[in-house]
Amino acid sequence: MKLSMFHLMPYQDLPADFETQHRSAWVDLPNENFNPELGRQYYNDYLDELEHADTLGFDGVCVNEHHSNAYGLMPSPNIMAATLARNTKDAALIVLGNSLSLYQPPIRVAEEMAMLDIMSGGRLVAGFPVGTSMDTTFSYGQVPAQLRERHTEAHDLIIKAWTEREPFIFNGKYNKLRYVNVWPRPLQQPHPPVWVPGSGSLETWDWVLDRNYVYCYLSYFGYQRGNRVVQGFWERAAERGMDDNPHRLGFLQLVCVSETDESAQEEYEEHVKYFYQKMLRIYAPFAESPGYRSIHSIRESLRPQLGQETMKAASELNWKDFVEQGHIIAGSPATVRDRMEEAIKLLRVGHLMCLLHIGTMPKELTFKNMNLFSKEVMPGLKNIYQEYDDPWWPQGVGEQAIPTAAD
Amino acid sequence: MVEYRHVTVPVRGGKFQVQMVEGGTGDNLIFLHGEDGATEWTPFLDLLAQHFHVYAPAHPGQGGSNGLQYLDDLWDLVIFYEELMQELGIDQVHAVGHSYGGLLAAELASHRPEKVSRLVLINSLGLWLDDAPIADFFILTAEERAKMFWFDAGCEAAKAAFAKPSDPEEKMESDLSRTETLAAVGKFIWPIPDKGLTKRIHRITMPTLLLWGDSDGMVPMNYGQAFKDLLPNSSLKVIEKAGHLPQDERPSAVVDAMLPFLRG
Repeated sequence: MKLSMFHLMPYQDLPADFETQHRSAWVDLPNENFNPELGRQYYNDYLDELEHADTLGFDGVCVNEHHSNAYGLMPSPNIMAATLARNTKDAALIVLGNSLSLYQPPIRVAEEMAMLDIMSGGRLVAGFPVGTSMDTTFSYGQVPAQLRERHTEAHDLIIKAWTEREPFIFNGKYNKLRYVNVWPRPLQQPHPPVWVPGSGSLETWDWVLDRNYVYCYLSYFGYQRGNRVVQGFWERAAERGMDDNPHRLGFLQLVCVSETDESAQEEYEEHVKYFYQKMLRIYAPFAESPGYRSIHSIRESLRPQLGQETMKAASELNWKDFVEQGHIIAGSPATVRDRMEEAIKLLRVGHLMCLLHIGTMPKELTFKNMNLFSKEVMPGLKNIYQEYDDPWWPQGVGEQAIPTAAD
Repeated sequence: MVEYRHVTVPVRGGKFQVQMVEGGTGDNLIFLHGEDGATEWTPFLDLLAQHFHVYAPAHPGQGGSNGLQYLDDLWDLVIFYEELMQELGIDQVHAVGHSYGGLLAAELASHRPEKVSRLVLINSLGLWLDDAPIADFFILTAEERAKMFWFDAGCEAAKAAFAKPSDPEEKMESDLSRTETLAAVGKFIWPIPDKGLTKRIHRITMPTLLLWGDSDGMVPMNYGQAFKDLLPNSSLKVIEKAGHLPQDERPSAVVDAMLPFLRG
């Protein structure tokens, strides 16, 4: 069982009346709302938190890519991972990831990820998301109907660039390259493990299973709701005769630990509300550009909801709802441990990514959350699924990351 | 009402199956629909069919026409339309395009000017003016569309355009059909409907009529004037009290403006 710390690096200072003044925290929220002086503080605090995760024994630290938004201030996750490569020693660097269709040519991803892999001593997980509709089709202007084809082509190019030892010609539909010859090439052989975040479509499950990668379901609606999608993934894997190694799956879970269940609410409620009310405020058309998903996929996702009451908007939920519905796992160490174990077993997840900084949480509170989690929750969970191999974990973890002079 | 029929036209050996409504007799006229979706037999087409042989195909990936996967860019799409004309046995045609269909008609006319006898562009896309940006029609809500697309959003044609099926399954399918239409349009012109027509527009030498609803909130009147400035053999006629869809909001006024031009 691998337990990692995920960070979104949100902007914390949106005004109280943001929801009435702006339709979206993404794409068209004017950057006059961004204060660079505060941004400087956030970046340093957030990197301190991820470095602290390494010293506390988290298995990995996770960063990701988003654009033109207040929700996550990492347009370049590779910059964050580069500094973490130097300032962490043991944790896997889980870059979830680079939205492949945004890099033209995607050789850039092959190069930068190879650099990260080498600098970290082979601790890189290469995340290859398609990217959200907001990031890719609106902020980066990619044609929605071509996004997935571009993503697949970029993937094929990167893997080939990592594994071929001679320069080669790549005559793709979107990438015409006479000389593909990536320097440097990755330390891990044949290449870093690949994880792919998805939102529950059959196409993505098959895409991941075809290539024997890790499927990551990143939802903010917790393990109970997420389980429907996850079970679909496991059923698909079984249908295809694949094994059910829990490490095939990654899952994101919001976690808040305090001394007691009551103090957890006192300490974390305002931060959780900021996250759900402000960070997840996305103008609906931005969330699904026409062509971003196939009509078949949209129909399959809509049909079960037909005639049903729509899910209550997260912005209308209170602390009790968040906890009871499993959006967040919060409370005393014992409460959190029990629910984490329930989630891990229900989902059959071997790579759990814990969001331990949420919304406006200050560094002291994040450290407290992380300290309690690592000392009082993690030990009780570490041994779950220990009978399974994890071929999707970076080869360099546990090795000496920085060579000594004698090497 | 003129007799009309739904036909399926195979193009490129059946790789494409084009859904089309067709009717009337007279000179050939092809109507290329806009981003509002494939056209049924509308009052506008019916009025035209009293004078012309009207063809109104649905673009690939829309309204049941398939083959979108074989088209990667606008160039492919223009070639496709040339082949559709061949398939229909049409040597010369009056090309009429609305909005996105206007962009396609203008591209077709630049590519094969000898095939287009007269060109009519209605509230057409194709140009870009930095000081009058065209609205992002890919993300407009129904309310925004009502406001931008119609002079009178309360008129019968507007109400019909915005009517939603009451059955949830049918409503879902209707929403999906709209998404499919916009996805197919987006494949060629996302995110900005400027594909370089100004580099080719000098090839449009045939007589051209520019028709513009005067209350278009999406492609404002400035664009009518911009087309006129670039097309020496064109005239611009304003359709009063009409928005982005003058052919639906004021079909008689539009056809009345077109007839003397097309017969000229």
